[in-house]
Amino acid sequence: MMRFLLLFSRQGKLRLQKWFTPISEREKKKIIRDMTNMVLARQPRSCNFLDWKDLKIIYKRYASLYFCLAIENQENELLALEIIHRYVELLDKYFGNVCELDIIFNFEKAYFILDEFIIGGEVQETSKQIVNRSIEASDMLQEDDSSEWYEVELFG
Amino acid sequence: MSPSIPLQEMIRAIRSARTQCEERGVIQRECAAIRAQFRQSDNGSRSHNLAKLLYVHMLGYPAHFGQMECVRMIASSRYSEKRVGYLGAMMLLDEKQDASLLITNSIKNDLSHSNQYVQSLALCTLACMGSAEMCRDLAPEIDRLLRASNSYIKKKAALCAVHIVRKVQDLGELFAPAARSLLAEKNHGVLHGAVILITDGVCFVLCMFQTVPELVQIMRSLTVSGYSPEHDVAGVSDPFLQVRILRLLRILGRHCETASDAMNDLLAQVATNTDSTKTVGNAVLYETVLTVLDIKSESGLRVLAVNILGRFLLNNDRNIRYIAMTSLQKIVNTDHNAVQRHRGTIVDCLKDHDASVKRRALELSLALVSASNIRSMMKELLLFLSSCPPELRSHTASGIFTAAERYAPSQRWHIDTMLHVLTTAGGDVRDETVPNLIQLITNTSELHCYTVHKLYRALLTDISQQPLVQVACWCIGEYGDLLLRGECQETEPVQVSEDDVLDALETVLQSHMSSPATRAFALTATMKLSTRITDNVELMFKIFKTGSGIQLRKFMIFFLLFLKNVLSPSVLRAAVLERMPVIEKNSGQSNGESAGAKTEPKIMVKPGETSPPQQPVNQVCDLLDLLGGSEGPAQPNPAQSTTAAGLTMNTSSAAGGDLLDLLGGFQPTPTLSVYEKNGVNLTLQYERQSDAVLTVTLTACNSTDSDISSFSLQAAVPKVCPQRRPSPHHRSVESGRRGDLDLSQSSSASLFTAFHPCPIQVHLKMRIRISYTVQGSAFQDMVQVDSFQGL
Repeated sequence: MMRFLLLFSRQGKLRLQKWFTPISEREKKKIIRDMTNMVLARQPRSCNFLDWKDLKIIYKRYASLYFCLAIENQENELLALEIIHRYVELLDKYFGNVCELDIIFNFEKAYFILDEFIIGGEVQETSKQIVNRSIEASDMLQEDDSSEWYEVELFG
Repeated sequence: MSPSIPLQEMIRAIRSARTQCEERGVIQRECAAIRAQFRQSDNGSRSHNLAKLLYVHMLGYPAHFGQMECVRMIASSRYSEKRVGYLGAMMLLDEKQDASLLITNSIKNDLSHSNQYVQSLALCTLACMGSAEMCRDLAPEIDRLLRASNSYIKKKAALCAVHIVRKVQDLGELFAPAARSLLAEKNHGVLHGAVILITDGVCFVLCMFQTVPELVQIMRSLTVSGYSPEHDVAGVSDPFLQVRILRLLRILGRHCETASDAMNDLLAQVATNTDSTKTVGNAVLYETVLTVLDIKSESGLRVLAVNILGRFLLNNDRNIRYIAMTSLQKIVNTDHNAVQRHRGTIVDCLKDHDASVKRRALELSLALVSASNIRSMMKELLLFLSSCPPELRSHTASGIFTAAERYAPSQRWHIDTMLHVLTTAGGDVRDETVPNLIQLITNTSELHCYTVHKLYRALLTDISQQPLVQVACWCIGEYGDLLLRGECQETEPVQVSEDDVLDALETVLQSHMSSPATRAFALTATMKLSTRITDNVELMFKIFKTGSGIQLRKFMIFFLLFLKNVLSPSVLRAAVLERMPVIEKNSGQSNGESAGAKTEPKIMVKPGETSPPQQPVNQVCDLLDLLGGSEGPAQPNPAQSTTAAGLTMNTSSAAGGDLLDLLGGFQPTPTLSVYEKNGVNLTLQYERQSDAVLTVTLTACNSTDSDISSFSLQAAVPKVCPQRRPSPHHRSVESGRRGDLDLSQSSSASLFTAFHPCPIQVHLKMRIRISYTVQGSAFQDMVQVDSFQGL
């Protein structure tokens, strides 16, 4: 099972955080600090795996963003790398050549995509196309709702 | 997708703030606006406001006032609001908050919503932050969804069930039948969820062995026949599902022979056919290897698995090397020979640049050291020690010591290795290394000459590594005479003079790099050298006057006294400072805290041993007698000062008295308190020195604050006992605080008298007359002592 997923920039600014177990706010802040310090201190061509407390930390850098995933000890590290890669591919497909700004300005979309890919710390859908289709359908549903809202505004 | 414009404007405003203070200002304004908006009952931009709040929350600012808004938005009928509401619930609420209970009802309703995307929101939220009560409430709903819905919902319901089982173990039984039937589905997402559900619901495992053939079938279809472009990743068909199935097979086959047999062929097939050029393929291979090594597989398969790990070790990708070593570490004890075949590659990984890889390589290398490869492995490990990162040094050093101890091919090699470690990483070794090395050196007597030469040379080059300096000082102290001999079979000859040696020790004493313990070692070594190589007391004095620290000064003063007063280097000095006998392992007391204590316990503990040469032993026994029968005061009495000098005592006996203190094994002679009045305490001690002499000592102590004058003591014994008694002395006994005296003055006086022993039938008796003047009044008293116990 995955415990948490963090995205942060090279300056250590948090862009996305997803927690799969209940943790207090204070503890979350501490973990974020620890992760950013640990990962940003790594040399460029080192191993992508770290040991931290009783978890394994898998991190990978894509352009200016670090993706940091914590998994339990019995999980497969190489597969965790694949999971990170798959998420990046999904973001890429959705935003079209995704960059950090996309994730900053559309953070709630990034969360929605994540929620279509991973639930409760486990991968729910292994096919890229199905995930993409689900997101598109949800967005359409939201637009129908939203377009109603816009109409009301015009009138009043 | 319509972007949330107000949200993006706010994000832009926050990002354009140039200072932290400015940013905080913007955020405070926005939060105030959001709060105001929340208070308004119905307003079209609720989802935008909540989204803004969530962004602010991600920056680290407090957002708890949004919790109730989340609850309200989840209950809304609009999908856009539900979406953001559920997102807010997952970010701001967790099971510890009270507000989370309020959404249970909304989730329940949404689970049966007509729109599958609404259902999916509810399922996702439940799986993310559902508390145990919520899980219990909603478990039947989830079970219903597991059975009768479309695959989109089924896969999410399966993972929701996984969460429920993790929270509430008992509910596992509820989901068991549904999980079992899901294995027949074709949809990969559902299959994946079902496999996870079976894996994580532990109670399932007992009745789930029948699933093994099904799982094997699914795997076969993935790896051999099925090519589905939808699930293909770089040539591997649905690696996520494959890995999951392999893990479940591992759990099922772990303790079960039949299950393991059923999956043997499949595992061999996967291991051979999976393409290992990309990470995905390696991920599947890795999981296969882990499974093979964990179940009761046949040996051929195990060899195949270890070979795959061997191939991983040669991979260019650091990640692959890392996980290979992690896996090999797990089996190094059970499949030792198989792992030994890859020792060369593992040792090469010690030179890798990555710290994680180095750490793993170190662990494995230490586990692979054996009697046959000790020499070559040690070469590599020592090389590693000189260049390894600081956090690994102490672990490496202790690993090297353990390995050297177990497999050392020769003692000289062992000593050389330990010396090498001390010179390279002296600062990182553990505390017990120094005594262990000293013990090793004393045990190899034929190499004393060689060792002391080497250590002397090491000391000349570098005195910063404390353990090394300590061992070197100790050796020079013990074997300094061998150092001066100049030639030694094992090393080239070099001329070393007395002055060189003393200079070296003095450098250690004076250096700011030396710790107090090291200085103590150097001091003791210099002391020992006074019998071994030189009698140059002045030179010693010069050395002893250097150095600092209260503790050291104590020892220095003691040594100075010792040198000054025990003039002859023979007898006393030689006996006290003789060569240390062979130290037994685990004799903890031989390496006590103070340097001074080091020299004597051995003498006391082994008085009658034949291992040290005969002559010193006799000297030792004579030593005891010598000190006991001498003119010194008898035992230090806690009630009085220990430096009761007595009347005609000279300072040598005082030093002898101190020496006695140090020779702790001495039995205290019985003390009799004879007279206690007016602040004057008179005590009596007696000791049978030999058949010819009995010594009785009377000690008077003044415990008042004023002086006592005209003090006189007279003693009488029955005429039957011939005695030798000097005349009593008048002495002014000054007052003084107890226990705080120097040598010249004392607040007690001792008289002694010696008797030839009485015939046995007559008991020795003594009458004592005491007279003194205190505070203007004169006193005179007489006391009779009727029994001297123990005669």
